Amino acid sequence: MERIPILQMGKCLLVTIQVDLQDQVALRLQDDLSSTIEATGATGVLIDISALEIVDSFIGRMLASISGIARVLDATTVVVGMQPAVAITLVELGLSLEGVRTALNVERGMAMLSLRDGEGDHDLVD
Amino acid sequence: MPLQTEHDIVMSRQTVRKLTQELKFSLVDQTKMITAASELSRNTVVYGGGGEMRWSIVANGGRAGLRLAFEDKGPGIPDVDLALTDGWTSGKGMGVGLSGSRRLVNEFDLRTAPGEGTCVTITRWK
Repeated sequence: MERIPILQMGKCLLVTIQVDLQDQVALRLQDDLSSTIEATGATGVLIDISALEIVDSFIGRMLASISGIARVLDATTVVVGMQPAVAITLVELGLSLEGVRTALNVERGMAMLSLRDGEGDHDLVD
Repeated sequence: MPLQTEHDIVMSRQTVRKLTQELKFSLVDQTKMITAASELSRNTVVYGGGGEMRWSIVANGGRAGLRLAFEDKGPGIPDVDLALTDGWTSGKGMGVGLSGSRRLVNEFDLRTAPGEGTCVTITRWK
């Protein structure tokens, strides 16, 4: 089965989802990310979904649970690059991705994560 | 087209994307229809024990639309009103699949009987 690659850059993990996600691949990414956070001591996870044409409830739940797991492992997750049509659909579907930090693009997402590094353990307020 | 495996869920999204593009739906309308198809395909595979998706291009006066039917011979839904309530879930989902998909389309028809299966028909007009 295909696997979504996880790149490490300093204390951050970068994930770019480029494929139409099968449910099992999404679940595997969740597992892979949890173990990579543990193995690397990463404090930030950036997930780029700009190539995703839809986010349905399954993928939405995966994003929310990755954020939750990462938080417990002391890492901040930022989901970046959601297409406007995807955002409109997601809200109408009834998902607000509560607890998931988002940023417009990779640059702003990285800024959010590096801010956290700079400020130690304080939570981000934006 | 058959809906038996997780891979078929991805295939149904791709089929609906192609159809809505051919019908020249706006990007937001495409995204809504694909997302609804994804939710209902997953229901068919996971809760209905597999089934099929049928599609047809429909016309109403000068308007073109896409109609999709998701049918399974699974256990059926004992309480339809309950199943269409936000937050209700029979499995490990978020409980937005049925109720959320209904919000994403113009017409929504649900026929089900315990022990005889479920058929959900949705239509979105251009």
